[in-house]
Parts: sequence; C-alpha cells; structure tokens
Amino acid sequence: MSLWKKHQKIEKNVTLLFILSLLVVSIGGLVEIVPLFYIDNTIEKVEGVRPYSPLELKGRDIYIREGCYVCHSQMIRPMRDEVERYGHYSLAAESMYDHPFQWGSKRTGPDLARVGGRYSDQWHVDHLTDPQSVVPGSIMPKYGFLKRTKLEPGDIKAEMKVLRTLGVPYTDEMIQKAEEDLVNQADPDADAEDIQSRYPKAVVRNFDGQPELTEMDALIAYLQMLGTLVDFSTFQPVVSR
Amino acid sequence: MSKKDDKKKGQVETTGHVWDGIEEFNNPLPRWWLWTFYGTIIWGIIYTILYPAWPISSQGATPGVLGYSSRAELQAEMDRFDARLKPLKEKIVAVDLAAIKDDPQLADFARRGGKALFATWCSQCHGSGGQGAKGYPNLLDDEWLWGGTLDAIHTTIQHGVNDEHDEDTRTSEMPAWKDQLEPAEIDNVVQYVLKISGQEHDAAKAEAGATVFADNCAACHGDDGKGDQETGAPDLTNAIWLYGGDEATIRETVENGRKGVMPSWSKRGLDEAEIRQVAFYVHSLGGGQ
Repeated sequence: MSLWKKHQKIEKNVTLLFILSLLVVSIGGLVEIVPLFYIDNTIEKVEGVRPYSPLELKGRDIYIREGCYVCHSQMIRPMRDEVERYGHYSLAAESMYDHPFQWGSKRTGPDLARVGGRYSDQWHVDHLTDPQSVVPGSIMPKYGFLKRTKLEPGDIKAEMKVLRTLGVPYTDEMIQKAEEDLVNQADPDADAEDIQSRYPKAVVRNFDGQPELTEMDALIAYLQMLGTLVDFSTFQPVVSR
Repeated sequence: MSKKDDKKKGQVETTGHVWDGIEEFNNPLPRWWLWTFYGTIIWGIIYTILYPAWPISSQGATPGVLGYSSRAELQAEMDRFDARLKPLKEKIVAVDLAAIKDDPQLADFARRGGKALFATWCSQCHGSGGQGAKGYPNLLDDEWLWGGTLDAIHTTIQHGVNDEHDEDTRTSEMPAWKDQLEPAEIDNVVQYVLKISGQEHDAAKAEAGATVFADNCAACHGDDGKGDQETGAPDLTNAIWLYGGDEATIRETVENGRKGVMPSWSKRGLDEAEIRQVAFYVHSLGGGQ
C-alpha cells in the first residue's frame, strides 16, 4: 500500500502531475521524433539518381492511377532469390524522389523495381494491350486503352512545383521547359542531348510506336527507366548498412 | 450492494479511496501479463544494442554489437553459391561448346541452369516453354531466323538482335515499303508472298508481284523466298510466321516494316557460362541443329 500512498501525492498535486506526465510523454516523443532529424543519414549517397523527367512523371501518375502498385512492388529485398531474379537489391536513394514511394509488399505480379530496359518497348505495348498474348497464364488486366488516350501536358508544371516543395530538386529551367520536354521525349527526332542535359540517361524515342503522344508512351517511358539510374558496375555498397 | 460486491469485499484489497461509501478495488494486473510487458521493454533495449537500430551516425544506423547486416548476409549467401558453382562454370567455359553434351555432369548443369535462366530472362517473350508468341520466335521448332546450331544460338544470345547497346549485335530490319513502292506494287507483292507460301492468292497479281519481289525483296529473302540466316531474313515459303501469314498481316509487314529486338545478354549481365547454359538449353528444346 505504500506505493499507493506515494502515488496520492502526485494525484493530489496538479503541478507535479503535469510535470511528470510531460516527462513520460516526452520520452515516447523523443524516441519517435529524434531519429527523424537524422533521416538523411539513412539514405545512402548514390550517384546517378535524378528526378523524373516530365514524361516519366506522367507515366508514374498513370501507374498510380491504374493501381499497378496493387499487384506490383518496386522493392528488391537483399535476398539471394530476389537478387538472382530481379537484379541488385533496391537502394533507399533510388526512391528518394518518389512521393509517395511504390515499394509495396504485395506481389501478384513480379517486382518492377528494375524492369527498365529489360524488355523492348514493343514488348511493353503488346503486354499492356493484351498481357496473355505474351504471358499465357497472366491474370493482368488489359490496358490497351492507354494507346488510344492522348497524353495532355495538363498541369505538369504545377505538379513539378509541388514535388519541389516536397524536396525533389527540380530547377526553374526544368519546370519552365516541362511541357516541351514532355512532348519531345517521345519524339525520336527531338534533340535528345538537350533533354539529357536536364535528365541524364533519359531515353528519347517513340515508345509506343504511334505518331501521337499517348498515355502508353508515358507509361512505357516510366517503366523503361525504373531501376536504370544507378550504375551498379561502379557502385560499391557500404556493407554495414 | 450487489451480491458480487459482497463476495469480493474483504477478499480483495481496496485502494483506500472512498466516495459516498463506494470503495475502489485494487485488482492487480495478472502477473504473467505484467512480466511479459516488462520483458518486451527489456528485449527492446537489448535488441537495439545487438542489432542496427538508431540512425544517428552519418554511416547509417548504429551497427549493433552482433555486426549483423542484411547486405553482408546476402553477400555471404551469394559467395557461397558462387563458390559452389565456380568449378562447373569454369569447366563449361573451358570446353568446346559442342563438347558439353558429352560430359553428363556438365550437360546436366547446363540444362538445369539454362532452364532457370530461361525462365528468368527469356520466358517473358519466348514463352515459359519456348513456344514464342506473335513477334517473338518459337524456339521449339526447327525454323530459325539466325540459325539453329549451338554456335548460332550462342551468338544470338550473346549479342542479341538489333540491340543498340552491343556493337556486335546481329542487325536485321525489314524496311517499310509504304513510301518506296506504289500501292499496286504492294498489292502484287503481297499476293506473290501468299503464292509462294502456298496460300490462296490472285494469280495475275502474284505474277506481277514476282518482279517486285525479285527487285526489292530477293536481296534478303533470296530469289526463291527461302530467306537467309546470314541476314536474319525469314523463309517466306513455309507456313511458319513470326508476325502472321494472313493477307492483312503480310500487308502490314510490307508497308510498315518490322524490326524485332532481342537484347544482347552479354551486355545485360549474363556471364559466358550462363550464356552457354541457356544456349545449350534452347538447343535441347527440340529445334537444335
């Protein structure tokens, strides 16, 4: 009973109760909040990762709009079976410009973190139009309508500005030229070097094989760059991570 | 007072608080629960000491005294398998491609490994059994664009077809004839292709198409339309089609051209031993020459 008697002191003294409550709550708060100040430390510095080009960003929007993430993860875990199948394990830096990230944990379909460059554009067109034509057992729905839906720049500039406030380093030049970059990246006759000066390694070509700029172009441009930015032939992992 | 309270009174301690005659029981928490709770707190502290936990250094999280790292664990696992496969990999690269089948252990290694690699890298286009799909060659039959010998298959896998990343890649392109030929000429040559592939056709148009074919198409597809494995030009006289052999599809092919791409696997991360495994596996699927 002695503990109860002591506790009565706290219960009967509102100032003491307040101070001690604050102390207890602040422990929980500190444990949860302080590590956030060091969150940058958790992202390994990696060369090559850049913000999405406008066309890739639009493709990513379509990816999210169509719910691709419901069945596809974008996170290769550091396990042998995954590395053998999908490629080098994912690095935090590779999704640092993703808002929100597309890691996921549900794999009805395969992981897509390194799908970029793995198939030809034509394969992607065939597969998105009629997945069963190339993967007979697939249960993936058909997305052929993307080929018939014209891609409008819409509010791409505004979107990039919003992303900038979230920490994606889009420059004024990138935002200013967003609309032309969006169109030009799917035009094989456009000045590829000009786009690559802003978005290194950006692939400039007609992704869906049709003259018009469609949502299919954007989605394939996005898929074809996934996981391709970091050069793993020169990347040295910090083993302690 | 209820019956229940009567029973408990005196058996359970009260807190000593009394409000209007109502007392408060001091029922303790079950001991097992309480100790489990304390245990989790202690375990939480021990865990952060043993394993990587707090992200407060510039090198990432505090390393933990056990030195555990998922990357190191993966590396050890990869190394373990690499070490086990190394003797076989060295052997398969050292021997002549044609000699793999003579060594049962090596042949087994090539077939199983090739099958796994095929499922990972090739099946998306060529099908899980190698049956192909429209635009992606069937690997089970004895019809080959670039040759069905072990060496030819090996080269195709090694350098790919029309892969801009590999300067040694096989290159082949069916041009788009839409702007090169008159519509009537295209009509005629389509009929001619239908004729040589043994399908229903318009005899008069096919007759006229023969000249168009000889002038424009024979350079790659050969005078007799039987194709040429040196340039990857398909045989047009058999009933095997990559894109389709009906009139509409042939017309589409002639008008817009075709340029299939196969990746160069030497540039895409497969090593020589793996390429040999896949080549051996594909060769063994039924069509190998």
